Amino acid sequence: MSDLLIKGLLDTLTIVFMSTLFSFIGGFPLGVLLVIWKKEGIAPWVIGEKILGSLVNVIRSIPFIILMIALFPITRLIVGRGYGVNASIVALVIGAIPFVARLVESALEEVDDGLIKAAITMGATPWQIVTKVYLIESIPSLIRSVSLTMITLVGYAAMAGAVGGGGLGDIAIRYGLHRYQTDIMLITIVMMVILVQLIQNIFHFLAVSLDRRRITN
Amino acid sequence: MIKIDQLTKSFVFKDDRLVAINNVSATIQDGEFLGIIGSSGAGKSTLLRCLSLIEKPDQGTIWLDDVDLFKLKGKDLIRMRRQLGIVFQGYHLLEQRTVFDNIAFPLRLTHMKEEEITQRVDSLIQLVGLSGKSSSYPSQLSGGQKQRVAIARALTSEPTLLLCDEPTSALDVVTTKAILDLLKEIHRKTNVTVIIITHELSVVKSACDRMIVMNEGQFVEDGKVIDIFASPSHPMTKLLLSYQEGVL
Ligand SMILES: Nc1ncnc2c1ncn2[C@@H]1O[C@H](COP(=O)(O)OP(=O)(O)OP(=O)(O)O)[C@@H](O)[C@H]1O
Ligand SMILES: [Mg+2]
Repeated sequence: MSDLLIKGLLDTLTIVFMSTLFSFIGGFPLGVLLVIWKKEGIAPWVIGEKILGSLVNVIRSIPFIILMIALFPITRLIVGRGYGVNASIVALVIGAIPFVARLVESALEEVDDGLIKAAITMGATPWQIVTKVYLIESIPSLIRSVSLTMITLVGYAAMAGAVGGGGLGDIAIRYGLHRYQTDIMLITIVMMVILVQLIQNIFHFLAVSLDRRRITN
Repeated sequence: MIKIDQLTKSFVFKDDRLVAINNVSATIQDGEFLGIIGSSGAGKSTLLRCLSLIEKPDQGTIWLDDVDLFKLKGKDLIRMRRQLGIVFQGYHLLEQRTVFDNIAFPLRLTHMKEEEITQRVDSLIQLVGLSGKSSSYPSQLSGGQKQRVAIARALTSEPTLLLCDEPTSALDVVTTKAILDLLKEIHRKTNVTVIIITHELSVVKSACDRMIVMNEGQFVEDGKVIDIFASPSHPMTKLLLSYQEGVL
């Protein structure tokens, strides 16, 4: 039984880490585009922003479990089958990219608009504004976005487990629910709670210790 | 030489049109220390935004020597921006970077060598009186110190024009005096042209050689500070002066 749980935990960790990584690789640039393409942005392109914004909203409004099932054919195309750890990662990444895009967007929008204007008047190019102002100034918020994404993905990964996606969720359903092994159910829940707490605390610590504004008056 | 040539800028909301700058002209010689004063809503910040090339006028233009500032595009525009030093009303410092890195920021946008940057930034830190603070973060500084960082940052690219929007309006009288003294010292040492936007007559009186009074988008008075204080001609100037009596 403990082998089973350790395997489940490792699968969950793999799913959560990999899907966080890939959803940031995909969602981060989109979040940046959502900010800079705005009418008042540094590289305005209103139509692009509208289209991207709508796309993000559409995907975000589909309940994850439905999205996951709807994505079966695509997942199968990418990883060869519709279930298991890799299949979960593909579905989670697609579901989380729009979520990450919005988180990154709101993190960057916290940056003082006056500072952006100031950087423009100092002769910063749009690329320099993104890399040297937006990204650096929003580091604490971006770290919090990573944390929030991971925590959300722990939950989504469990849902993916319910449709054969592997990990702790899968075990909880198969053993806990279908075979009435309440102890397994409880242990998986406790493991997920601890996992979420760990993620929360580690990233909170990181965000606070990297924030240079903490010594405020 | 800066030539503001029949500059007009209005804002339109729905059917309403608000003329923030109404056909103003002035010529500012190199090395002048000019104060532009006016009450709230007079159009001062709008004028400064035009001078700093973040707002385009509806009509008229601004010449810097023989360059029409609003005809600049792309690389030329960016190059011109790097030649202007601007001190903003709200400091606008990079909160996640040290004093040193804030001041070095404009230089790091170019391809300047790091040694040269260090040299220049160190001497500016000295000039603005922030020795020992170079690795502090803005959140650890007082308002006056933040303004010093902002001034140093505006000077890093060795501008020919230094624009300051209400550089002292958030500061107490003692700090205001120190900042104005600093600006005067910089002006004396580098002969940079300085334009200060303010609503405080005391700032103009203690720092500027020349003043322009702005009222409802127009320049209503333009001349030497001593002359205007001795014999103001426009009612707005008289009003501003009357409030100041006894204060100075
Ligand atoms: N972006 C804008 N959109 C619409 N109206 C504006 C905008 N900027 C300025 N105005 C209007 O233009 C007029 C002049 O504004 P401006 O900010 O230049 O005044 P100011 O002289 O700097 O005043 P203050 O001393 O209060 O800063 C005001 O009536 C203001 O409402
Ligand atoms: Mg103003």
